[in-house]
Amino acid sequence: MKIFTIAWRNLWRKPWRTVISSGSIFFGVLLSTFMTSMQYGSYESMINNVVKFYSGYMQIFTEDYHENKTINNTFIFNGSIKQIIEDEPKVTNYTPRLEYFSLASSENLTKGSIIIGIDPIRENMVTGLKKWVEKGRYLSKDDDAVLIATDLAKYLNVGVGDTIVLYGQGYHGVLAAGIYPVKGILNFPSPELNKQFIYMPLNSCQQLFSAPNRLSSLVLMLHDNYQLPSALSHLKSKIKPPFMIRSWEELQPGLVQMIEGDKAGGLFMKSILYLIITFGILGTILMMVSERKRELGVMIAIGMQRYLLSRILFIETFFIGLLGAAAGIIVSIPITYYYYLNPVPLEGDAAKTMIDMGIEPYMYFSIQPDIYYVQAVVVFIITLFIAVYPVIKAYTLSLTSALRS
Amino acid sequence: MNVIEIKGLTKIYNTSEVIVKAVNGIDINFEKGEFTAIVGPSGSGKTTFLNMLGGLDKPTSGKVIIGGVDVWKLSSRQLIDFRMNNIGFVFQSYNLIPVLTAGENVEFIMHLQGKPKKERKQRTKDLLEAVGIGNRINARPSKLSGGQQQRVAVARALASKPEFILADEPTANLDSTATNSLLELMSKMNKKYNTTFIFATHDQRVIDKAHRIVTIEDGKILSDECFERD
Ligand SMILES: Nc1ncnc2c1ncn2[C@@H]1O[C@H](COP(=O)(O)OP(=O)(O)O)[C@@H](O)[C@H]1O
Ligand SMILES: [Mg+2]
Repeated sequence: MKIFTIAWRNLWRKPWRTVISSGSIFFGVLLSTFMTSMQYGSYESMINNVVKFYSGYMQIFTEDYHENKTINNTFIFNGSIKQIIEDEPKVTNYTPRLEYFSLASSENLTKGSIIIGIDPIRENMVTGLKKWVEKGRYLSKDDDAVLIATDLAKYLNVGVGDTIVLYGQGYHGVLAAGIYPVKGILNFPSPELNKQFIYMPLNSCQQLFSAPNRLSSLVLMLHDNYQLPSALSHLKSKIKPPFMIRSWEELQPGLVQMIEGDKAGGLFMKSILYLIITFGILGTILMMVSERKRELGVMIAIGMQRYLLSRILFIETFFIGLLGAAAGIIVSIPITYYYYLNPVPLEGDAAKTMIDMGIEPYMYFSIQPDIYYVQAVVVFIITLFIAVYPVIKAYTLSLTSALRS
Repeated sequence: MNVIEIKGLTKIYNTSEVIVKAVNGIDINFEKGEFTAIVGPSGSGKTTFLNMLGGLDKPTSGKVIIGGVDVWKLSSRQLIDFRMNNIGFVFQSYNLIPVLTAGENVEFIMHLQGKPKKERKQRTKDLLEAVGIGNRINARPSKLSGGQQQRVAVARALASKPEFILADEPTANLDSTATNSLLELMSKMNKKYNTTFIFATHDQRVIDKAHRIVTIEDGKILSDECFERD
C-alpha cells in the first residue's frame, strides 16, 4: 500500500544514487557469477577429463592391485561383485578392464604404452570411446585387433591396416607377445591419452597377458558428480576385502586438492569484492537516512508508528539490493550460457601448459544453478546486514533533534 | 470546558556546561475552540513548551492532560497513535513529505488512521479546496510556493480531525501576503470546525489575530490575556 509507494518514490528521488548503488551490486554479482561460472567450468572440465574419458566416477579393484598395479594382482570377476554393482541404482553403467604396460613396436620403432583390454560395447557406453575413433573403425568383441592413440601411431609410424607387435610380461611372469592389426586410430581431446593408449578387446588382451578371465578393474559411472558421495558410501559398506572401491577423488587426490585450493582463492577474492560493495552501499544508506532525518521525524510526529517507518527504510534498502542482484543474475545467465556453449579456446603458454598437463586448452564455463542463486543469497544477506542500520535508526530517532535539524 | 490541562510543566536541559531551564514550571489550561498565541522572544521556551504539549518532547516534570488523558503516561506506541488522532502539527518549515503530492500528504494521515478510501478522497478534496489550493492536488511540495505548502500543511493537520492544532512559528518563512491569507484561513478553520489553534510566534501579524495571548519568558508565563476579535 502507501508504504510501498513512499519507499518506491524515495528510491527515485535521487535516481543516480539508486542506480549507482544498485549498479555496484549489479557489477559485483555479474563479476562474481562470471568468475564462479568460469571456475566451476574449469573444475567440471577437469573432472570430466578424468572421469568421463578414462577413470570413471569409481573403480573397483583388489587391495593388492591398489598397492601395486601389476598383472599379478588382477582378479577374476565373480557374481557377487556383479550383484552389488547392479543393485546400486545410482550406478548407470560399468565396464571391465584389463590394463597393463607393454612395449609396442612397428617395423623399427618401439615405445612403452598402456594396453587396455575392454568390452567394446560397455566401454563405449561408459566413456564413449567410439567417438574418438578418427580413422578406421571401432572394435567389436571378437576382434583380434587394436585401436591406437594418434600421437602414439604417429610415433610408431603406423596407420589403419598396418600391424604392430606388443610384447612384455604376462601373468606370473609368462612372456606376453602378439601381432595385431591396427583397426582404428583414436584421437582424444586429452594429449596425455594420445601419447600412450592402445585399446583391444578384453579377450585378446587376456590372451596376450596369459590372464584368462582376469580383470584389473571395474569402472563405474554415475549420472553426475553430485551422486558420488551417497553411491560411494553405499558401495563401500558392501564391498569386502580382497576387493575395494575408490572414487575418482581418492584416485586423483592432486586434482581434488587443486580444486579446493582454487575454490578458496576464488572465495577470498569474492569476499573482498562483496566487502567493498557492502561498505559502498552502507555509505549510501547512511547518507540517505541522515539527509532525511527531519522528514522521518515529521512522519513519526504526525502519527506514523516507528515499525512502519522502519519498513519503508527496509524496503528501500532491500530494493537496491534486489534490483542489483536481479539485474546481475539476469544479465549473467545469457552471458555464461553463451560461454558454456562456446568455450573460449586458449592460446599461447597457458594453452601449452594445459596440454602438457593433459587438460584440454579451453576455458570452460559452468551453468550450475547454484552459481546464480548463491549470489542472490549473498546479496540478500548483505542487504539484510545493511538494512539493520536504517531499521535501528527508525526505532531510535529522537523526534526533537530530528525536528530541530 | 478545558481540553488541555498543564500542571507544573518543566524541561531542564543538562548540557555539559550549563543547566538550561527551557520551560520552568508552567501551569495553564486551554479550552475548546481557542485561537491562542504563545508569544515570547527567541529562546524563551516556546518550541520546548509546544513540543511537550504535543507529545513530541518528554517533560522533565509536570503533566500534560488532554481530554482526560495523561499524555506522558502513555507508552511510546500509544503516544504516536494519540498524536495521530488528537493533535495536528504545523511546522515553521512546512515539513511536507516531499515524495507525496499535496493530496497524498493530506491523505497520508487518514491512511494511517485506516479510514476508507472514499472518505479519504472526499475529505482530501474538501480540505484542499477549503485551504484554497484544490487545483494543486497532484502537485509535489517542491512545485508549490511556501505559502501554498503551508496551506497544505494546515489541511494535513486538519485531516485527522484533531482536537487541536499546534503551530510552531507557522508564518516565519512567509511573506506578508501569504501570512495574511494563512491567518485568515486558520481563523476560518477555527470557526468552521471549532478546532483549537495554539501558535508559538513572535510575528506581530499573528499576535494581532489571536484571541488569547500568553507571553512567556525564560520558560515562565509572564502574562495571559484574552481579546475580543471578529
Ligand atoms: N536540545 C537542547 N539542548 C540544550 N538546550 C536546548 C535544547 N533545545 C532547546 N534548548 C534551549 O532551551 C531554550 C528554549 O528553547 P526553545 O524552546 O527553542 O525556545 P523558542 O522556541 O522560544 O525560541 C533555549 O535557551 C535553547 O537554547
Ligand atoms: Mg522556537
